[in-house]
Amino acid sequence: MTAKERMSIPPQEMPQQDPLARARNMEEVALGYTAEMAKKEASRCLNCPAKPCVQGCPVKIDIPAFLAAAAEGDFARALAIIRKNSLLPAVCGRVCPQERQCQKFCTVGKMFKDVAKAVAIGRVERFCADNVQAEAGEKAAPTGKRVAVIGSGPASITCAADCARAGHSVTMYEAFHKPGGVLVYGIPEFRLPKSIVQKEIDGLKDLGVEVVTDFVVGKTRKLADMKKDFDAIFVGTGAGLPKFMDIEGENLIGVFSANEYLTRANLMKAYVEDRAATPYWHGRKVAVLGGGNVAMDAARMALRLGAEEVHLIYRRSEKEMPARVEEVHHAKEEGVVFHTLENAKRILGDDDGRVAAIECLKYQLGEPDSSGRRSPVPIEGSEFVFPVDTVVVAVGSGANPLIASTTPEIETDRKGHVIVDEATRMTTMPGVFAGGDIVLGAATVILAMGEGRAAAEGINQWLAKH
Amino acid sequence: MSNKILVKTQLSANVWRMRLDAPLIAKERKAGQFVILRTTCEWAERIPLTIADADPEAGTIDIIFQTVGASTKELSLLNEGEEIADVVGPLGKPTDIKDYSTPGRKGWVVVVGGGIGVAPSHPIAQAFRQAGNRVTAIMGARTKELVIMEDEMRKACNDVIIVTDDGSYGRKGLVTEPLKELCEGEDKPDEVVVAGPPVMMKFASLATKPYGVKTIVSLNSIMIDGTGMCGGCRVTVGGKTKFVCVDGPEFDAHEVDFDNFIKRLSTFKAEEAAHKCRSGLFG
Ligand SMILES: Cc1cc2nc3c(=O)[nH]c(=O)nc-3n(C[C@H](O)[C@H](O)[C@H](O)COP(=O)(O)OP(=O)(O)OC[C@H]3O[C@@H](n4cnc5c(N)ncnc54)[C@H](O)[C@@H]3O)c2cc1C
Ligand SMILES: Cc1cc2nc3c(=O)[nH]c(=O)nc-3n(C[C@H](O)[C@H](O)[C@H](O)COP(=O)(O)OP(=O)(O)OC[C@H]3O[C@@H](n4cnc5c(N)ncnc54)[C@H](O)[C@@H]3O)c2cc1C
Ligand code: SF4
Ligand code: SF4
Ligand code: FES
Repeated sequence: MTAKERMSIPPQEMPQQDPLARARNMEEVALGYTAEMAKKEASRCLNCPAKPCVQGCPVKIDIPAFLAAAAEGDFARALAIIRKNSLLPAVCGRVCPQERQCQKFCTVGKMFKDVAKAVAIGRVERFCADNVQAEAGEKAAPTGKRVAVIGSGPASITCAADCARAGHSVTMYEAFHKPGGVLVYGIPEFRLPKSIVQKEIDGLKDLGVEVVTDFVVGKTRKLADMKKDFDAIFVGTGAGLPKFMDIEGENLIGVFSANEYLTRANLMKAYVEDRAATPYWHGRKVAVLGGGNVAMDAARMALRLGAEEVHLIYRRSEKEMPARVEEVHHAKEEGVVFHTLENAKRILGDDDGRVAAIECLKYQLGEPDSSGRRSPVPIEGSEFVFPVDTVVVAVGSGANPLIASTTPEIETDRKGHVIVDEATRMTTMPGVFAGGDIVLGAATVILAMGEGRAAAEGINQWLAKH
Repeated sequence: MSNKILVKTQLSANVWRMRLDAPLIAKERKAGQFVILRTTCEWAERIPLTIADADPEAGTIDIIFQTVGASTKELSLLNEGEEIADVVGPLGKPTDIKDYSTPGRKGWVVVVGGGIGVAPSHPIAQAFRQAGNRVTAIMGARTKELVIMEDEMRKACNDVIIVTDDGSYGRKGLVTEPLKELCEGEDKPDEVVVAGPPVMMKFASLATKPYGVKTIVSLNSIMIDGTGMCGGCRVTVGGKTKFVCVDGPEFDAHEVDFDNFIKRLSTFKAEEAAHKCRSGLFG
């Protein structure tokens, strides 16, 4: 096929559930390509010699190579190529912010001057992962070394798998009763079916990893005590500390952190009302504060939990929203009302201490701030009030303090992120490594995956010497 | 960890005590800490319960709970030999135990337990006594049948004052009355620790405040994770938001916004009531 022919193949739209139907059910929104569509989409790749897309992928998957295999219909080979660099393609194909990573640099998108027309790398990646049984991979002979992996999010899953493959005996410790980290308690079923996460955990067990739930390191046992039983430890405890806005009315009944709101629904399955013992809040008019993936998930979850109106309030403009473009698009399709350049000033309650309304301020964009984004400036006197009965706060989360606060040997930075050595990912406590959101701050699944992998390498090198 | 129920006893009409096999928790736990458990299947909710006692050698912990809703009811239906699906802990900060004794005067701590609140008071009383203080317990209940752990409290404390609402046992009245009297005296308690129904804690706090007696309350807010991840357990203390599961559960009573705390406890009242009907456990 010539480049011209490839360019003339239309971008393959992803089949998806009807917006109004799906806004009321928990089933996955994006249904996935057929084999024919995956082949066609992969055929749009021009196989650029400089591979610009690869530089956008945090784990440097050989994108043109896997797309070429997929274009031929050899999805098994495509998956094998992907898995050389990413252990979680079914997850990342779904949740990576592709428009800011691999697809941002894609030549095809550049030629159409529209990143939405770039080769849909993530979608093809997802197809391969969903439809091919991954090979178990080789496992080195037992080394007799013991590794503890703390947390069970993407960073920990990856680190555990790589350490187990290297022949170490690995035990994973998770505070919750179910492993998977944010992938099970945060990201909703309609975006990432939990059966996919379970498959990854089952894969770990097949590799011989022991998974211990209900174990809070630092509380159930101190890290320093565990160090006596393990040759190396990986800390992947994530960024689970919810931030609030520190505004008046934030402790009224009906104000939730996105973590609580989503955990009730996802981890505790509260929406299955006739089975689940955990209750959820039946909000009718819901305001969600924030503009990231967490805010989109909370807003869309609110619709699925029966809200009549969902208002998303974000203080910058839509261009600055950190959420994946696809999620913003889906949220709008489903009927979430976007209030950009507005921010909550206070939450008003009724006599019973329940949320009754929210007061907001209008904003405009000023000079770029340290993050490079134009900073939001409140417009004085622009206050306005509208009635809501629920407020979900999704303005970010901080590093989980549990390990650092109980392990003085592990140093953190000003924000509580664990400090690691660039090259080895070792913390200031010898033999203890860290990665994922606990090091990076709230980031992405693929970055956490990459960090887990880098830390496993650090661990393997360390164990070869100790 | 097996979480097996080793011993189960009924303390009063709707209060149960269970000894669980939980060696790691038994070893680490300190007075004031709690566990979160899930009774059985995948649909169960996470409920917090104080560790009322523990035996690190035997590897056991004791929980004492009142059946108030679906989950505690379900827990009460489990029998010796059966296993609880999940038990995680010890969570929360331990009680700040110190010896208030000075030359010539033994330190004096008063623990106040209302109803089921006696359960969390017990390890706290033990720890303060062991540290060197004299410990007085005030135990309140609606009626005689609801007085729990009397023998253990008598063993753990120097003096025990029992009050019942209806006067069927001990003094007639509310815990706040003897508490006030103790604070009025020349020699005041060095510290008062209160655990029990939220409204009782509020009034106990109001009772000690005029005397400037340091008062600690053990708050029982609604929780999910118990590890600081959700913020659902938050309370206002001294004008600041605190998470009960990681910053508490014990706080300076005179700083706690009880009205907000009590209101927040009713967040899911309608939902819980609806659940009761459906679960069929309540006839
Ligand atoms: C609602 C939501 C939506 C998101 N959407 C996206 C998206 O679309 N795309 C994307 O790329 N990223 C998204 N993210 C971010 C992404 O999920 C995280 O960056 C990623 O999960 C971080 O992985 P991790 O392994 O570092 O930690 P986590 O996934 O946070 O896992 C940490 C685990 O450690 C456990 N733990 C913590 N402390 C202890 C302890 N002391 N002992 C034992 N266990 C402990 C926790 O319970 C948790 O299970 C989203 C996040 C949220 C909350
Ligand atoms: C740190 C901590 C320690 C605790 N220790 C004990 C203990 O040792 N023994 C014990 O019996 N209970 C204790 N509790 C309270 C216990 O967790 C609740 O009674 C239990 O979660 C109720 O669950 P349920 O499903 O049976 O009732 P639900 O159906 O959830 O609730 C029934 C009623 O109780 C109210 N309620 C719900 N949660 C609480 C709560 N946390 N506190 C008070 N009322 C509540 C509801 O508003 C509702 O009206 C503790 C709570 C905390 C936070
Ligand atoms: S892992 Fe993410 S960034 Fe990398 S190729 Fe796949 S979708 Fe793109
Ligand atoms: S930049 Fe786009 S077209 Fe070029 S190799 Fe990568 S995916 Fe293919
Ligand atoms: S229970 Fe979730 S933060 Fe305390």
